[in-house]
Amino acid sequence: MSSNTPVEPRRTALDALHRSLGATMTDFAGWDMPLRYGSERDEHLAVRTRAGLFDLSHMGEITVSGPQAAALLDFALVGNIGGVKTGRARYTMICRADGGILDDLIVYRLADTEYMVVANASNAQVVLDALTERAEGFDAEVRDDRDAYALLAVQGPESPGILKSLTDADLDGLKYYAGLPGTVAGVPALIARTGYTGEDGFELFVAPADAEKLWQALTDAGAAAGLAPCGLSCRDTLRLEAGMPLYGHELSTSLTPFDAGLGRVVKFEKEGDFVGREALSAAAARAESQPPRVLVGLIAEGRRVPRAGYPVVADGQVIGEVTSGAPSPTLGRPIAMAYVDAEHSAPGTTGVGVDIRGSHEPYEVVALPFYKRQK
Amino acid sequence: MSNPQELRYSKEHEWLSGAEDGVSTVGITEHAANALGDVVYVQLPEVGAAVTAGETCGELESTKSVSDLYSPVTGEITEINQDVVDDPALVNTAPFEGGWLFKVRVADEPKDLLSAAEYTEYSGS
Repeated sequence: MSSNTPVEPRRTALDALHRSLGATMTDFAGWDMPLRYGSERDEHLAVRTRAGLFDLSHMGEITVSGPQAAALLDFALVGNIGGVKTGRARYTMICRADGGILDDLIVYRLADTEYMVVANASNAQVVLDALTERAEGFDAEVRDDRDAYALLAVQGPESPGILKSLTDADLDGLKYYAGLPGTVAGVPALIARTGYTGEDGFELFVAPADAEKLWQALTDAGAAAGLAPCGLSCRDTLRLEAGMPLYGHELSTSLTPFDAGLGRVVKFEKEGDFVGREALSAAAARAESQPPRVLVGLIAEGRRVPRAGYPVVADGQVIGEVTSGAPSPTLGRPIAMAYVDAEHSAPGTTGVGVDIRGSHEPYEVVALPFYKRQK
Repeated sequence: MSNPQELRYSKEHEWLSGAEDGVSTVGITEHAANALGDVVYVQLPEVGAAVTAGETCGELESTKSVSDLYSPVTGEITEINQDVVDDPALVNTAPFEGGWLFKVRVADEPKDLLSAAEYTEYSGS
């Protein structure tokens, strides 16, 4: 395709509904997605205190099935996927042979021989291609199911009550990082207790044709509890407060999971080889002997907001780089995640600042996350 | 939304009131405020500072981005809105009223300031 051909953005099944709600739309990984409906701060606080409703249909679903589905995923991903029980989910990563992170994923085990892999929208094709290539020699099928699902998320402390009013599924028995097939508002759905906000909540995978009906039912059921439609802008500040990494910011092909402080997702103890094992073993040893830059939290003493790519400084020297930054609605101050040299990474380290367009603004180094919900 | 008839507008989305004793009030338009999203930090020029039409004189930070603030006219700052410094959300809730940014003694103004109707057409809202 030539570069001057305008590429039509992909639209979700809820596109017309977003427009009728007056959403400000934004391009995200080739999708036209709601950025916010009104004030992103109000949307953020709705999720923290009540409930929010998101359209996340841009996420990339890939189904892996067959007698060797588990064996394939244990080879292709860094986690112990064969050890995931049916009805449970696992946060994991897919790496290159050199250990670089291709994407972070949630893998749901739907049945003994069937898994759903959910990739970031920006990486869905890369993940699909890698899984397809790595499937060679395995008795397993890798299927692109991106168009088979719409994904709605209802997140926040009121979300269990709202969902309960629409389903007979056993939500009390549905643990965090579990998923079960059920019916919500008459619509067949995979109901998963997962999210990217730091709150309790659910993600509902449904047929695109059912998405509008489900959105409307959730909106009606949540009205009394103060459920608000929420866009990607508040999703980003919610996940930032919760210390959750975002691919392209905290994660990239130039980092291994050990560089990102997420070495725990790599399961060397699992049987058999997996893509990246050798390089990741070396990366783990390197992280022990020569600590890499450490992902930390920064809280501003002032009001200027750090942005991705801004240098972190101490004593006039660059000691790191901001990967994500935003004004935190919960803390009322600007916050950031940043990779900094290990000697400046301890919580409470003084003299650390962020170079905000030439002026060094003081920041406090804290451990992640910035926000943890009360259970 | 409607852009007040009595104001004039720059293509950088600032509004300018008619002068009283040579002093005009400046803010950003509702269109600009909506495009920014929630404004969380406002940096304004200091009282007494000289500003030049079309040049940056401050910045506005929102959740997603930082944007330069341009002066629509050339002159000297006579007052800044401390309320908006303390509560930047005023830019979103009342861009044409309580969310004004600064007052400027106008020495010169460009010829291409827009009327409300022209700005509405220019901005599409």
